[in-house]
Amino acid sequence: MSKNLKLFLGVALLFVATGFLMSWNQALFVLNFAMVSAIMALGVNIQWGYAGLFNTGVMGFAALGGLSVALVATPPVREAWSVGGGGILGGLLIGLATIALAVTLWKRMAKGRKRSLTMLVVLVGGFILFRWVFDPAVTAVEAINPSITGNLGGFGLPVLLAWPLGGLLAAGAAWAIGKTALGLRSDYLAIATLGIAEIIIAVMKNEDWLARGVKMMNMAQRPWPVPYEVNLQRNETFLSLANSMGFDPVTGSSIFVKLVYLVMILIVLALVIWLSERALNSPWGRMMRAIRDNEDAARAMGKDVTRRHLQVFILGSAVIGIAGAILTSMDGILNPGTYQPLRFTFLIWVMVIVGGSGNNWGAVLGAMLIGWLWLMVEALGPQVMSLVTAGLSEGPLKAHLVDSAQHMRLLTLGVILLLVLRFSPKGLLPEK
Amino acid sequence: MDFLNALVAFLNFVFVPGLAYGAQLALGALGVTLIYGILRFSNFAHGDTMAFGTMVTIFVTWFFQSIGLTAGFLPTALLALPFGILATAVMVLATDKVIYQFYRRQKATPTILVIVSMGVMFVMNGLVRLFIGVDDQNFADGGRFLISAGEFKAATGLAEGLSIKGSQAVTVATAALTVALLFWFLQKTRTGKSMRAFADNEDLALLSGINPDRVVQVTWIIAATLATIAGVLYGLDKSFRPFTYFQLLLPIFAAAIVGGLGSPLGAIAGGFIIAFSEVMLTYAWKKVATYVLPDSMAPDSLLQLMGTDYKFAVSFAILILVLLFLPTGLFKGKSY
Amino acid sequence: MADPFLIGDAMTGGYGAADILHSCTIAVEKGEIAVIVGPNGAGKSTAMKAVFGMLKLREGRVMLDGEDITKLTPQARVAKGMGFVPQTHNIFPSMTVEENLEMGAFIRRDDFQDTMTQIYDLFPILKDKRNQAAGELSGGQRQQVAVGRALMTRPKVLMLDEPTAGVSPIVMDELFDRIIEIARTGISILMVEQNARQALEIADKGYVLVQGANRFTDTGKALMADPEVRRSFLGG
Repeated sequence: MSKNLKLFLGVALLFVATGFLMSWNQALFVLNFAMVSAIMALGVNIQWGYAGLFNTGVMGFAALGGLSVALVATPPVREAWSVGGGGILGGLLIGLATIALAVTLWKRMAKGRKRSLTMLVVLVGGFILFRWVFDPAVTAVEAINPSITGNLGGFGLPVLLAWPLGGLLAAGAAWAIGKTALGLRSDYLAIATLGIAEIIIAVMKNEDWLARGVKMMNMAQRPWPVPYEVNLQRNETFLSLANSMGFDPVTGSSIFVKLVYLVMILIVLALVIWLSERALNSPWGRMMRAIRDNEDAARAMGKDVTRRHLQVFILGSAVIGIAGAILTSMDGILNPGTYQPLRFTFLIWVMVIVGGSGNNWGAVLGAMLIGWLWLMVEALGPQVMSLVTAGLSEGPLKAHLVDSAQHMRLLTLGVILLLVLRFSPKGLLPEK
Repeated sequence: MDFLNALVAFLNFVFVPGLAYGAQLALGALGVTLIYGILRFSNFAHGDTMAFGTMVTIFVTWFFQSIGLTAGFLPTALLALPFGILATAVMVLATDKVIYQFYRRQKATPTILVIVSMGVMFVMNGLVRLFIGVDDQNFADGGRFLISAGEFKAATGLAEGLSIKGSQAVTVATAALTVALLFWFLQKTRTGKSMRAFADNEDLALLSGINPDRVVQVTWIIAATLATIAGVLYGLDKSFRPFTYFQLLLPIFAAAIVGGLGSPLGAIAGGFIIAFSEVMLTYAWKKVATYVLPDSMAPDSLLQLMGTDYKFAVSFAILILVLLFLPTGLFKGKSY
Repeated sequence: MADPFLIGDAMTGGYGAADILHSCTIAVEKGEIAVIVGPNGAGKSTAMKAVFGMLKLREGRVMLDGEDITKLTPQARVAKGMGFVPQTHNIFPSMTVEENLEMGAFIRRDDFQDTMTQIYDLFPILKDKRNQAAGELSGGQRQQVAVGRALMTRPKVLMLDEPTAGVSPIVMDELFDRIIEIARTGISILMVEQNARQALEIADKGYVLVQGANRFTDTGKALMADPEVRRSFLGG
């Protein structure tokens, strides 16, 4: 354990150094980012480390978590509901019913031309009906005050509720995806999940009635008990406390808010780790690992591999969804344009692999280290580059190099991933 | 007359763009499928290999343009293309030597190789962003149009115009030439045949004295060539932006899998299937329908099945359907 | 007596820690047919693979035409004049019959048209199907492609691992006839066979292996006549 402790201490030192050398505000920002990512990494670790499922759709599940924040917290737009709420819900129901009917027919009917024709009729008819009900409702909703709303709005409930609901939303999506794609070979599953994530983002970008699409949603609501900075700055007790610690009110309040978030994130993180450690050491966890290590043997022993895979896929995706909800509620903004696979999918994967797949603490360590690098290389890159290019004369080349140094982080992470895969394929904290 | 107008509108908005896009996807999918056939893994770095090759080509193009070297009607990028190919080939060969070779010797599983290729993807993506930035780069020059809509209308007297962009013509011609050369190479040359033999039965190929290192090297060179050509053609036709190239991975994989991973012929068919499905499902058919249908039945809506932004969903849906119902693809690829 | 043309002499070794072969000797003279038979798991295929260098030997040596080739890789042995037909996966299924033969001749830099003509003479059906994908042929025809491919290097020794596995009795007889024909051209044949009786009938020399060691070694005829061999290994 001492080696592991040293690793954690070493990474913690990075954050402390950031606090001393740059600012505590910055250090906490990075730490919160790393800790939310750690929850996502745990989700991936549950799928990959426990069961060998290659899910590259992390971004999609995180975005669904983010969506749940908008749907839970924002107030409903009553006018929009009255003009188009029924139509949109009705349209969606028709769509779902069509798919359900098609799937049932496919299973029930005998193979042949008759089945194909019926399927075609059901699908085309359902699609036309769906568009006929759905489209006018969407147009009506999006026409209402488009510069501010133009969407149906949410339920006006406390933001904190969005965290578990984000998990549920992601779990629901994972169920549908798992039902179709989990039987596939691992690299096909990777491609399929990569595609599904892109589609989820495309829906969030384009369906303005849902959460205003690329027009973004600003959400002032905060999860209980996180305070607002402006209120803190008016609070005498807080001001004297900040003053006594040597922070000005603005920085002090910002740090305090981040600390509150950090505590909440850590609680969730601890809960997830505790639960997944328990699961890992239960008969269920042992069976999962048996399946991962030799699927055919497990199948031959009568284990329902597909069902287990579906379970673990849903659980992992739910964890990712919760983390996605936390992240969005922390940002206070839902902008589908910011969901990028490199940041939300592949970065998390680097965390898991560098940390040690199959080891929950490894996922946390990897998230801290890689999360720090991801944000700090962007910040430090230009400085390093100006040092490197100090010998160059001032000119467009130097300016370009310094300018693009912020992109160094992809390069850095790629190199780290490759080095870890090559020289320490089990990661920093190998599976026990 | 209305029927002709409808036909021209179809050609102009669906067929020509679909053909050009399909050719670009087919070239990309060929690279993916060759790597899968010989090296036995799905290369996630292929989109970024395309971006890298295109980037080098763009730099050389800019240099040629700055010294006044152009290709007349043809885009200057075609002159720069060989340099882009060369640089990309050198880079992927170096990548293979430094990274993939180790895992090949270890006989690592395809999944591990996919994760390794994710690392390579990061590095290449980072390099491209470092050198050229993340913004749109336009490097097309030469003739804008082979046929412009105005000329076409004047010549035929039709209400609808048909325009064929120079880049579209160049795309289709270059792609056809490249594919012809590739198939000649695979079918007729000793090295090409040895590659197919290696893809078919690795152990027997080794027994027959085929040098695996050489097969792998040639495969990488061809993949780099195809990736660069596909990337440059796509960039000429649309524009170059590193992130777009990463996203192209999805339709390219879809094309390769739909055709049957490992089957070059399938990759080409898959490329066109994906491209035409994307274009046709996201095209607003109102214009064509208005010409064909009697006035009383003229449609009010756009007759667009899906928003243009859902084009990924199209390639993806086809991919899933094929994987579920025809796992080895249309042309019976390999499933190891 | 002079050394045999090819001999795996007192071979001991296996894939892992445990030995499969125990001082096993297999030899074949020029232009003769040697057959390895024995019960399942006797190490027949292993013995042949050892001769071909696909198995590391702890003891013993392999000599070809008076040269020690124990240390050579299988590929190098092909260059020295050994041809090997694996039991399964012995063709390139998506390539045409002709391309399969061409790949067999991959290490040859000279004109191999003559050899191909000879193989087409030996297996006329292959000539008819030469532009068809080998994977589309029947089992017996695929075996002919496999043998033809191995012959393209003009080997001095042809090694066959259960060439008649999974083919019908008629096809088996036909294949054995071809193998005799090949041997008549001066090529030594070393073959592992499940169909022990038929194989020993055409064998100049037979090796009966049991648990990785030589149990009986004699001419094919003598083994067929030996009552103990008949009772234990040929089913009476």
